[in-house]
Amino acid sequence: MSNNTFDSASYMSMELLRFTTAGSVDDGKSTLIGRLLYDSKSIFEDQMEAVKASSEKRGDDHINLALVTDGLKSEREQGITIDVAYRYFATPKRKFIIADTPGHIQYTRNMVTGASTANLAIILVDARKGIIEQTKRHSLIASLLGIPHVTICINKMDLVDYDQATYESIKADYKRFASKLHVKDVTFIPISALYGDNVVNTSDNMPWYNGTTLMYHLENVHIANDRNYIDGRFPVQTVIRPQSDTFHDFRGYAGRVSGGVFRAGDEVKAWPSGFTTKIKAIHCDNQEVEEAFDPMSVVMTLEDEIDISRGDMITRSNNEPKTGQDIDAMICWMDDSKSLQLGGKYTLIHTTKQCRCVVKSIEYRMDINTLSKDQENRTIDLNDIGRVKLRTTVPLFYDEYSRNRVTGSFILVDEGSNVTVGACMIRS
Amino acid sequence: MGYSINHLRELESEAIYVLREVAAQFENPCILFSGGKDSILLTHLAKKAFYPAKIPFPLVHIDTGHNFPETLTFRDDLAKELQAKLIVGSVQSMIDTGMAHEETGANASRNIAQIPTLLDTIEKHKFDALMGGARRDEEKARAKERFFSHRDEFSQWDPKNQRPELWNLYNGKKHHGEHFRVFPISNWTELDVWQYIGMENIALPSLYYAHKRRIFERDGVILSESPFITLREGEEIREEIVRFRTMGDATITGAYRSDADTIDKIIQEVAAARSTERGSRADDKRSETAMEDRKKEGYF
Repeated sequence: MSNNTFDSASYMSMELLRFTTAGSVDDGKSTLIGRLLYDSKSIFEDQMEAVKASSEKRGDDHINLALVTDGLKSEREQGITIDVAYRYFATPKRKFIIADTPGHIQYTRNMVTGASTANLAIILVDARKGIIEQTKRHSLIASLLGIPHVTICINKMDLVDYDQATYESIKADYKRFASKLHVKDVTFIPISALYGDNVVNTSDNMPWYNGTTLMYHLENVHIANDRNYIDGRFPVQTVIRPQSDTFHDFRGYAGRVSGGVFRAGDEVKAWPSGFTTKIKAIHCDNQEVEEAFDPMSVVMTLEDEIDISRGDMITRSNNEPKTGQDIDAMICWMDDSKSLQLGGKYTLIHTTKQCRCVVKSIEYRMDINTLSKDQENRTIDLNDIGRVKLRTTVPLFYDEYSRNRVTGSFILVDEGSNVTVGACMIRS
Repeated sequence: MGYSINHLRELESEAIYVLREVAAQFENPCILFSGGKDSILLTHLAKKAFYPAKIPFPLVHIDTGHNFPETLTFRDDLAKELQAKLIVGSVQSMIDTGMAHEETGANASRNIAQIPTLLDTIEKHKFDALMGGARRDEEKARAKERFFSHRDEFSQWDPKNQRPELWNLYNGKKHHGEHFRVFPISNWTELDVWQYIGMENIALPSLYYAHKRRIFERDGVILSESPFITLREGEEIREEIVRFRTMGDATITGAYRSDADTIDKIIQEVAAARSTERGSRADDKRSETAMEDRKKEGYF
């Protein structure tokens, strides 16, 4: 593992991996994160001192690594993680962003939030308990939110005498269950977060395990193909028009590439106007770049002056997005004050576009523990997941979520409170 | 495979995206500029996000009156270079007019007096979004802060009732009188910041680099000689080679013994460091949840 030396050559080629951790109460998730940070030497001395002092104050008989991650007062008091907390560490190969989310059913919305930006999900399973409802729920969320890589850490192996048969049987159970989901890449690792087995260092207690440690997996899992480099999508955030003599005629479209690759000279189409033109140049700050791809933030200039403003989208002209006002989507409801209203109107935010929508139908509510579709009780309350059909005031330009996580996602905002109430993934 | 960018470029792209969202979603946004490296980085990213147009936000500095002189010179030069509008909210004049109170006692600082000054500046200029260079890795209460952090009409932060923030969809909708605090470099660590400053060759106040300085020690913290500090019995000034890792008030910001006088040496030093950069900030040591308590009241 790392000795934390960063020479200027190595950090210039470090990749970024975002992962989420979900687990049940008491399955050792906070301990695992504390362990990853501790063993990768990412916990500083003063943080460690603070954790030691808090552990003693609470009367814990060992240094409680879980305290490293539990940030807010009420969490430290209750001993559970109630919100999404972000943690950071780096090895010479990668920088990691952990979205640490609570595992209990009442925090499904937090799990969904953490999962929305993740490349990888770590799902913790207690070796003594095996696959339980929460494991299934976390896996469903990972599948629904399109997390490309799922790592099942079978934890507390120390409490089952590091027994291979226990591990194999949990693995087989999980595979049977996961065949119903859309998870592309699943990896299994037997660990003990408390003692550090197979977290950063290979365990001597499980010689029967031939796979990699969790840290090795995080450092090496192939993420370069997680993004979409096929469908050129460029939602326009803002138009850059400098009021200066030097750049008098400059009119640039600022945005972040959200799929595909754009090059100067490429033929592109603007939505919703439908006009076709060519890319004159792509700018990054004061430099011109030859190509821009997901997730680069750039400014594009075009050969022809066409009317494009915030909320519009530039795409490659030979690869068009879907467009329409009738949207079929999966929804996770996040409002604790009221349920999703059939016939209700909401503000919809999709890429850089904002419009309104009405809920035309609620197809079903998903029982997230059994994965079955409930068509009897279709009330979508806080933390519920369901399928809805919406009608928007103006056409959206979109892709299926399974094809593009940026152009395939949107949120609903309550028009009275302005609070984000729904997270949606487009089916078609 | 040719299509990949390194972690610094990805963080840069994310921050630029957030800066442009702020410009597009708000009527009267600003950058809170402290003179520290994080707000200098943020200003640099803002320049990139809108080039060749000028930065479409003013820089707002809440001047405690206890700043290092180097910080103020640097601030003025940068604003001039970028042709950015600079707005200064003065803690001293708030104290003089009785709208803020000077702390007294052993470890008095002007941290608390910054809060009414900041809120007064927000009201006076009707800012609806204030961007800051705060990072989630700095402190445990910040680890849960959103990119777009909603504040009610009393500027209060409600950590238990934050809006969910999904994908890269930032919901800046608000009622009249409310505003947002926005943190475009939320996902950067101290090491990322230094690596990026090195990669982009960003100018910083000289205080960040090792230099000879007249210092003394108080409660294990190395403080700079300053007109704002009265020496206590047993404390004496001596000259040493030090540098600063953060840039707060001269009265509370601790220096480090360090010979890192180049960016590469600083990156090495930060990578090997065994304590967090806020470790030398007396303001965070007051209680276990000092930062969370201050944030709820409206502190940045």
